[in-house]
Amino acid sequence: MSETQAFAETPVAEPTRVDLTRDWVRRRLFDGPWNSLLTILAIAFLVWAVPPALNWFFFDAVWSGGDPAACRGAEGACWAMVHDKYRLILFGRYPYMEQWRPFLGMLVLIAAVAVSCRRANWKLWLAGVWIAAFAVFFGLMWGGFLGMTHVRSELWGGLPLTLLLAMAGIAAAFPLSIVLALGRRSKMPVIRAICVVYIEFIRGVPLISLLFMASFMLPLFLPEGISIAALLRAQIAIILFSAAYLAEVIRGGLQALPNGQVEAAQAIGLSYWQTQRMIVLPQAIRMVIPPIVNTFIGLFKDTSLVAIVSLTDLLLAMRQAVADPEWRVYFVEGYVFIAMIYFVFCYFMSKYSQYLERDLYTGNRRS
Amino acid sequence: MATRSEPRLQAIAAKPASPAWWRNPDVRAVIYQVLALLLVILIGTYLVSITMHNLEVRGIRSGFGYLDHEAGFRVGETLISYTAADSYGRAIIVGLLNTLRVSIIAIVLATIIGTVVGIARLSKNWLLAKLASGYVELVRNIPLLLQLFFWYSAITGLLPAVSAAVELLPGIYLSKSGLMYPVPVESPAHLWMASAFLVAVVASVFYTRWANRRQETTGVRPPVVQVVALLIVGLVAAAWLAGGAPTAFDAPAKSRFTYTGGASISPEFLALLLGLTIYTAGFIAEIVRSGILAVPWGQTEAASSLGLRRGLVLRLVVLPQALRVIVPPMTSQYLNITKNSSLAVAIGYPDLVSVTNTTLNQTGQAIECISIMMGIYLTISLAISLTMNWYNKRVALVER
Repeated sequence: MSETQAFAETPVAEPTRVDLTRDWVRRRLFDGPWNSLLTILAIAFLVWAVPPALNWFFFDAVWSGGDPAACRGAEGACWAMVHDKYRLILFGRYPYMEQWRPFLGMLVLIAAVAVSCRRANWKLWLAGVWIAAFAVFFGLMWGGFLGMTHVRSELWGGLPLTLLLAMAGIAAAFPLSIVLALGRRSKMPVIRAICVVYIEFIRGVPLISLLFMASFMLPLFLPEGISIAALLRAQIAIILFSAAYLAEVIRGGLQALPNGQVEAAQAIGLSYWQTQRMIVLPQAIRMVIPPIVNTFIGLFKDTSLVAIVSLTDLLLAMRQAVADPEWRVYFVEGYVFIAMIYFVFCYFMSKYSQYLERDLYTGNRRS
Repeated sequence: MATRSEPRLQAIAAKPASPAWWRNPDVRAVIYQVLALLLVILIGTYLVSITMHNLEVRGIRSGFGYLDHEAGFRVGETLISYTAADSYGRAIIVGLLNTLRVSIIAIVLATIIGTVVGIARLSKNWLLAKLASGYVELVRNIPLLLQLFFWYSAITGLLPAVSAAVELLPGIYLSKSGLMYPVPVESPAHLWMASAFLVAVVASVFYTRWANRRQETTGVRPPVVQVVALLIVGLVAAAWLAGGAPTAFDAPAKSRFTYTGGASISPEFLALLLGLTIYTAGFIAEIVRSGILAVPWGQTEAASSLGLRRGLVLRLVVLPQALRVIVPPMTSQYLNITKNSSLAVAIGYPDLVSVTNTTLNQTGQAIECISIMMGIYLTISLAISLTMNWYNKRVALVER
């Protein structure tokens, strides 16, 4: 008792903010010769890389002007190129006067994503929201009513096309992937074999070979007189591709579910499909939503491959924009511009997936 | 009591009327499977018949006979001799070898860089950890194809022309036509050196095994690292001396407009290798980091309390356990590198897809070409999976 009191009475200097900072710096940056060397090297790298990058990006950059001549003497980036071409980069060859339509459609899709991000909204009506969002998107893009002129799918391009390929890809692949995942875990050998062969085949070949297949072989598979647009063919390839990857993610969720859940469902007399629909899938899918988001990020990046089969997605639209001989030397700005767009989308989705991972773990725990 | 329950027991014991046969789960299973199989066969035959009809209408003759025909196109870089007069079959093999070449080098480089970055992300050094995580976030969130296009445009658009090539290191030049570097002039000594190297490796393996046995029986560990280093360096050097100690190098030399001599790497290969390595290293870094984090901290503490140095703790205790977590996802990254190397077609590196695509455009044999392409990728995927599964078994926990 007396000891604790004596201890409490000893005047101890409160560590000041400066002390704490100095302590932190010593611990995290200059902890021994090896660490100090690393820190110095890292600082040297930053001093070497960051100021020139900032100068290029901000201080020496030309922001507007609409004329390549304005950029001739500049040391920094020529954002005038992006300023001049952003409509072409973002919307591709969609008719210039009608570009408010893809813009609006894009906002509708992004709004649907925003609504889906709230966990309280994970109800059946969300599927309705998505169907409505796609209907509005296609209506706006396709046109042909309410005074909107019809725009052929060959002219669709830019960011709306990228978003469409990724979102419609994952949405349509979802039901197929559930069937595949259940089939792969089925006790019936023939059904299991069909699903395994499909999944492993798709996962064993590169997406580009599937896109080639869609653009060269699919026309041979159709009866005479029927042809489908290049956009739809690429979309089919992307759906078939993502279904295989998604099926493996969902299978992971199915495997993680304790067997007692299925046994309990059988014990109260539920049929196979009732068990899957009401007991297994809701829990299994909930568990794998973070990896599903990660699959979606991968798919979003992979849609850029359609540029190889000449679909004007964001990447190809940008390349066509900088193919203009006047602006050709400023291709780096074009790449940086669309890299920032891809980065913003992917970064926020991955942060969201990390947040979900933390959030869902506590959600699964019994309070 | 007993008498009262008897009729009920009998009722239970009596076999209930067996359900109709179509309610029997076993019968149902057979029916479902037969139906599924029929559906697949039906779709298959339907597609085949339509395709056959379409091919006939378009006058395309199916079959793989075209593989023996003269290709008539040139391939930018080849590992085996190939001219435009060679067959399509040989062209496809050239493409396959190019795919394997870039994939293997990218796998090695991405593994090294990824491991370094992954460990750096866990470093106690705050600045280093932040730099590493910045790298990972940046490369993982930008599509690979965009990065490839960027590197290719940067190499061919921003680097100086070959006449004004930059000398990176003595004898190594970088320009928009690629990277040029010196190679030793061919000499019989090289064969001797290669054989000596092989002999030294085999001898080292036996020596290490002997050293391990000796340590187990006597508790004294004979010097291993030093002896192995001496064996390899010594034997190779001896072979070099025995072969007449050739020192001639074929270095790229500047003539009036270009460089002659030496060996060179094309800008396409350079861009593809750079893009694949930098992109995949970001993913491998995350795998390495999560693998190391998966080893409980108590293992590190226990090893430290035994008196092991930090490096030994990592090598003897943490890494062997982390490898168990790392190997399966690493396998899929290696597969991804191989599959992603197909993006070469976008920047004009003559890989398998690119060569097959040219063949397809020239012959119109879409089905055959795409089947060959997919078949080869499936085989490569299977081979990598099997190898890595074998390795995985080796590092897996041996349970009692």
